[in-house]
Amino acid sequence: MEPQLSESDIGLWSVPLAMLGGAIRVSTPFIFVSLGECLTERSGRINLGLEGVLVFGAMAGYGVAYETGSAWIGVGAAAMAGGAFGALHGWLCSLPKVNDIAIGIALMLLGMGLAFFFGKPYIQPVAPDLPAISFGWWSDAPQVVAALKVNVLFLAGFALALAMAWMFRATRIGLAVRVVGDSDDAARALGLKVNQTRFAATVAGGALAGVGGAYLSLYYPGSWNEGISSGQGLMAVALVIFARWNPIACFWAALLFGGAGALGPALQSVGVTQGYYLFYAAPYVLTLGLLIATSSTTRQLTGAPGALSITR
Amino acid sequence: MTAALCVGLAAFSLFLATIGKSPVEFYGLVYKAGFGTSFSWANTLSRTAPLLLAALCVALPARLGLIVIGGEGAIVLGGVAAGAVAMAAPGLPGGVGIALMAAAAALIGGAWIGAIGLLRYKRGVNETIASLLMAYIALALMNHLVEGPLRDPASLNKPSTAPLPEGFRIGDLPGLDVHWGLAVGVLGCVIAWALMERTRWGFAARIIGGNLRAAQVQGLPVGRLLFCWTALGGAFAGLAGMMEVAAVHGSANASLAAGYGYTGILVAFLARQNMLAIIPVAILLAGFEAANGLTQRRMDLPDATVLVLQGFVFIAILASETFYGRFKMFQPDRWSRS
Repeated sequence: MEPQLSESDIGLWSVPLAMLGGAIRVSTPFIFVSLGECLTERSGRINLGLEGVLVFGAMAGYGVAYETGSAWIGVGAAAMAGGAFGALHGWLCSLPKVNDIAIGIALMLLGMGLAFFFGKPYIQPVAPDLPAISFGWWSDAPQVVAALKVNVLFLAGFALALAMAWMFRATRIGLAVRVVGDSDDAARALGLKVNQTRFAATVAGGALAGVGGAYLSLYYPGSWNEGISSGQGLMAVALVIFARWNPIACFWAALLFGGAGALGPALQSVGVTQGYYLFYAAPYVLTLGLLIATSSTTRQLTGAPGALSITR
Repeated sequence: MTAALCVGLAAFSLFLATIGKSPVEFYGLVYKAGFGTSFSWANTLSRTAPLLLAALCVALPARLGLIVIGGEGAIVLGGVAAGAVAMAAPGLPGGVGIALMAAAAALIGGAWIGAIGLLRYKRGVNETIASLLMAYIALALMNHLVEGPLRDPASLNKPSTAPLPEGFRIGDLPGLDVHWGLAVGVLGCVIAWALMERTRWGFAARIIGGNLRAAQVQGLPVGRLLFCWTALGGAFAGLAGMMEVAAVHGSANASLAAGYGYTGILVAFLARQNMLAIIPVAILLAGFEAANGLTQRRMDLPDATVLVLQGFVFIAILASETFYGRFKMFQPDRWSRS
């Protein structure tokens, strides 16, 4: 979209335009988290803790970028931090009788706690009680620069989705992940190491979620605060189910969710203030609606990894 | 459980020592501010009240095999419902008003969480994800209501519902500096325990939690049981919100989202989903939360310290599952579920 367009000239058309622009901007963390979760779930394990990883990645990325002066070092640090959380999850879940969903909830709380703990010095003193108002970013010229930066990671996310789809379809590693995710017994019969494969997939998934978090704090919205993520990590988990564990579908679903997330700010930019908070709830309602519509008690979800606990 | 709790606290001590803070000083302050004086006990027990009810919202569905983590949503909506009742009928006698507020809060909380049980049964929707999504939706609903239709024009800085009439406020327990919510919470735990362990509905619930197929083969009304038990948990959480409004805040506003619903998850898991064990665990964790302010001031720790501590304890408790039955010290004690 052309940001030079004045919103007042095109009237209500600015809403879909703003949503498209917003979809691209908002969707990038969804892309990274959902691809990470897709990889983890394909190996037969669910990591609900990616919400915590996302928040911690946002803090780590912002803090390191601030200290070193390089945003890319920040992204790298966020990926490493995310990988460390993934390693913790992967290791704990490889112990017998440990529930991966419950560990995910614990990691969600621990990741957020640690992020808030270490992130205190990096909070900019912007009005903390009106977080939603700072979203009036459409027409600001500096945001155009940020929008261009968005596109780099957005494109990287698109390339990653293609690469992951190719990996699952055509490579030895992808096959190993798929076999492990479908059946422990089949994997052992093939001589694959089940726990190691799942561990690696969880670490890589955590690292991707960390990158998604760094995007949040370094590009859009572009600063670290304790309310930086409001469930994006969790929505991304639901999104993977909706996308049927297909990386390309994850990408498109992330765009859709990004569009829903941009609905509130888009309407606000044309002066719709009625039911302002309800529009901000649109992504959650959409996620819930899609979950309800696509779940079923009677048939196995198509494309679901056989060893995944939530689909059994 | 105690062993796992100690491991979690030890891991947190290590964390504190790594960043150059004294764990001894930390736990000393926690004892002082959480349990050391009658004032700190009052503070701890006031925080215990909503935790007890929030933990029930996790523990009851958990006994049926559902991991519901969105109790915060029911708390928030219960509080708003209480505020709305007070605004709609401020002229009622106090006792009737309080009963109506409690009923409305329990109803909305029960419907909110019960819907999750129903969705699980009817559509196979993952209850963990759905409940957390619904908590976010509840939060948006609350913000919409207290800043829009239910806003008291006099609340300038912090949008709130109108202050409760004096008769609608809930006072303190006789002789204590703790509001009646504590009694309600303890009573809730005892009732929930009795229902779960001593009635046939509880027995049926535990069968569902143990083996869903067996329950279906037995001809148990699985859908109805799932709905009723999750709704009961939600009703307790809704009551927690109503208590916060009627005894602490005096009107419904954003302070309702204080995170009790999330701490309640940890309480329930730490109590191994045992309704009576929730009581001591909730007191312990409330003590840590009560001490948060003092450790912030004295040790220059951020307010998220208690979250980190809870995270460490949570992970230790879950990881300890793997040791059950392997070592003598991890044998299930008499509190754990049979």
